[in-house]
Amino acid sequence: MAAATQGNTNKQPHPGIDRNNAVIALRGVRKAFGPMEVLKGVDLDVYKSENVVVLGRSGSGKSVLIKIIAGLLRPDEGTVKVLGSEIDSLGTRALQDLRSKIGFSFQNSALYDGMNIRANLEFPLVRNKRSLTRKEIDDAVAQVLDDVGLSQTINQMPSELSGGQKKRIGIARTLILHPEIMLYDEPTAGLDPVTSEEINDLINEVQESYKTSAVIITHDLTCAKSTGDRVIMLAEGNFIRQGSFEEVFDSDDPRVQHFYNYNFITKT
Amino acid sequence: MKAFFLLIYEIYQFMVRFFKEAFIPPYEYKEVLNQFFEVGIRSLAIISLTGFITGLVFTKQSRSSLAEFGATSWLPSLMAIAIVRALAPLVTALIIAGKVGSNIGAELGSMKVTEQIEAMEVSSTNPFKFLVVSRILATTCIVPVLATYMALIGMLGAFVNVYNNEQTSFTSFFQQAFVRITFVDIAVLIVKSAVYGFTIGFAGCFNGYNADHGTVGVGRAANKAVVVSMFLIFVEEMLIVTLVNNYLR
Repeated sequence: MAAATQGNTNKQPHPGIDRNNAVIALRGVRKAFGPMEVLKGVDLDVYKSENVVVLGRSGSGKSVLIKIIAGLLRPDEGTVKVLGSEIDSLGTRALQDLRSKIGFSFQNSALYDGMNIRANLEFPLVRNKRSLTRKEIDDAVAQVLDDVGLSQTINQMPSELSGGQKKRIGIARTLILHPEIMLYDEPTAGLDPVTSEEINDLINEVQESYKTSAVIITHDLTCAKSTGDRVIMLAEGNFIRQGSFEEVFDSDDPRVQHFYNYNFITKT
Repeated sequence: MKAFFLLIYEIYQFMVRFFKEAFIPPYEYKEVLNQFFEVGIRSLAIISLTGFITGLVFTKQSRSSLAEFGATSWLPSLMAIAIVRALAPLVTALIIAGKVGSNIGAELGSMKVTEQIEAMEVSSTNPFKFLVVSRILATTCIVPVLATYMALIGMLGAFVNVYNNEQTSFTSFFQQAFVRITFVDIAVLIVKSAVYGFTIGFAGCFNGYNADHGTVGVGRAANKAVVVSMFLIFVEEMLIVTLVNNYLR
């Protein structure tokens, strides 16, 4: 089935996963854009301290799925519960409070071009915790920069950073609020294999240090294998397989095989 | 036709949302002040230069026509009327539309297509209030200040030309100039500049905030922001002048 090896390691399920505590629960979620139905009744539970990887081809609706979880898009049908709150029923203030517990790492990092790294990192902090002192803000910024290994970039502008550094700063910006849930949209897209592996390690470190649950949207099998406690395959608007990495790809389903073969990776 | 009505509906929704967000707390004081600086202080140099040149050149051009009738002594009051009633608000608005309107369209458009606006939303910040309301408020408040400033600088340009030809004193020139200017003229200058400022901010924000199709969309948003606001400024000028002449003079 596979073509080449990338030297990736298979992640063992995190020991802290609490299967009785679903931090994200989606039921019958449907979303269409005009005549194109992207999600066709998706059910998903993400448990506390679990990293769930959603795999799928470009345009399969992966990004739509996490934007629905973050409340950036509304589903046409179905319910979305995050940390016990139904997103659709929340008012503006309650939704903002909930979002402060969700970290969203965007595909293109989405750093604010007009601000330097310090201002980018301070932005969510000063807007959510207005009572913090200057020293507390500086300490928090220094801490997250240290966590992502980029302390030296504090006074640089986003345009001066490499793609991998931008991803890390994007993750740092979400970590500064100590979120309970992390949503990663294509965390390794556009990065070379070495930098991708560093980002994969960072995702696992965040899960360990910050005790986060995460939904990781990717089409990169190395990323899925290294970071996912559970892997889900999304195709044609539905989850067609889920389980461990091996369980998902131990399938004769031509959609799964086709996806796997084009990622040039071995199952081992 | 359907697309046109859809656009009108979107503009209506955007405007309703602006007024709602502008009046409901929390207010983004810091960002509004920051935009005052961006729109106002950063435009002072170009407004000074164009204002001075406008006053100087317009006086020079008018001189020959008035000289034929031996009426060059009317120049100060003629220039005051031309500058305060028409040139200052219009030229200021067109310059700000080109400089600030395009900047707002491009900035918000680029933030939209690179997901920075969504990033702001997930950071528990209302991006509409932070980005749109602050910019529209800034252009609405600052354009009248800049237009008034340009009127003064334009008069200074006119004075330079008159002084070079007639050696009229500064005091005498401004006394003659302001004799024909009424409270209504000043009030109309401020009100219509505020309307132009609102138009510039609104066109820039609407086009930028709704930009799509990647970098092409950013360019398109900046371009539309300028073209639409300049066109609307001329339409508004025509309507305001008609209204003022019919009801206030």
